Amino acid sequence: METRIIDKKLDVLRDKLLLLGGTTEKAVYLAMRSLTERDSELAQKVIKDDKIINKMELEIDQLSVQILALQQPAAHDLRFVISVAKITPVLERIADHAANIAEAALVLNNEPQITPYVELPKMAEIAGEMLQSALDAFTSEDAEASKAVIKRDKDIDKAYNRVFDKLLSLMLDNPAVTTGAAHLLFVAKHLERIGDYVKDICEMNVYLTEAAFIKHKKRK
Amino acid sequence: MGTKISISHLNFFYGKSQALFDISLKIPEQEVMAFVGPSGCGKSTFLRVLNRMNDTIPNVRVEGKVKIDGNDIYSPKTDVVSLRRRVGMVFQKSNPFPKSIFENVAYGIRINRMHSGKPDLEARVEKALKDAALWDEVKDRLGTSAFGLSGGQQQRLCIARALAVRPEVILMDEPASALDPIATQKIEELVVQLKKKYTIAIVTHNMQQAARISDKTAFFMLGKLIEVNPTEKMFTNPDDKLTEDYITGRFG
Repeated sequence: METRIIDKKLDVLRDKLLLLGGTTEKAVYLAMRSLTERDSELAQKVIKDDKIINKMELEIDQLSVQILALQQPAAHDLRFVISVAKITPVLERIADHAANIAEAALVLNNEPQITPYVELPKMAEIAGEMLQSALDAFTSEDAEASKAVIKRDKDIDKAYNRVFDKLLSLMLDNPAVTTGAAHLLFVAKHLERIGDYVKDICEMNVYLTEAAFIKHKKRK
Repeated sequence: MGTKISISHLNFFYGKSQALFDISLKIPEQEVMAFVGPSGCGKSTFLRVLNRMNDTIPNVRVEGKVKIDGNDIYSPKTDVVSLRRRVGMVFQKSNPFPKSIFENVAYGIRINRMHSGKPDLEARVEKALKDAALWDEVKDRLGTSAFGLSGGQQQRLCIARALAVRPEVILMDEPASALDPIATQKIEELVVQLKKKYTIAIVTHNMQQAARISDKTAFFMLGKLIEVNPTEKMFTNPDDKLTEDYITGRFG
């Protein structure tokens, strides 16, 4: 079979998305490290590198529009371009959350640590694994793997509730830690949101592979 | 919508060579159905089966049933002239008669004796030209030659000529393939308008055209009907791998 013109464009689009995915994954990982290792220099780098991610998002947007306008994809090709176009801003938002975690780290690293970071790194680990698995599932067009990732979001939500309770009681016990605890609460919220965004990526993979919209549907 | 045309187990032969294989399909009334497929797949032959245009070719043979409103059009009782009035056709190349614009449209009304005097004839011509979205462009020059019209206008004149005899079904064989994008757009808009009153079957090589104007799409290959589905499904998630390969250009 001859290679179609559109195949080359779709390959470039796929590569660009995976690069964005990998860069985003790394941003989340480094942002959390900047917090747990109290490395403000690393936090600065994560914040600075967010611009690179924004640029990648724009490139993918432009290529997606170009393929839609000039190649007029249909069927699987169409679903692929639509999926990429919808996953791209989701990744960019995940990276924004990473930058926000890094910003919180800059504040927190300047103060004495108010509590050992136990639950937050766990949340970050789950979020990181979910993101990686979601991108792998997209690459291999494995809808079942995506559905499995979606289920893991509950683990992050549970961890978030535990962190919330813990930080609340810390604040009630000792109002002097309120500022630091509030920043940590934001970090937890960022991680919780990342889990939600990963779910969106998974839903788009189910659309790509099964042509089914599973968004806004109740799951068991 | 009910079924306008029902085709069951249709086989079609040019002499010994079989062109269509066991085709069963229902065409709903007041919808547009697009027939797509590679050149030589039988889609035009199939279109011409629907008003017995193939009868004019020697040595053709038809097996199976083609029913319009439940009546078998290949039954010996069928009046072919009346059938072709009910099932009009528009071809790839516009083919106006070497007559005036008015006479092109009036011709079918006259030979079918459908009018009751000159004012009625004029009213029917005007109506057909309006329905074909051509009236405003030609109303001041109805007596001039049809050949003075642009390609797109000539094609709409042929559509007006088909509409003048009050058909129920309109068959279109690549009606816009020789037209520029603006004329094509006018034909496409017209098709979408016409389906409010008529059942339309259209053969097209332009996939985007099929996507834009049809309610259902039927994909033919090597004389077989591979898939028929709502157009939206066909272009986003076809059932058959062959359809997917064709509409995404994996083979020509």
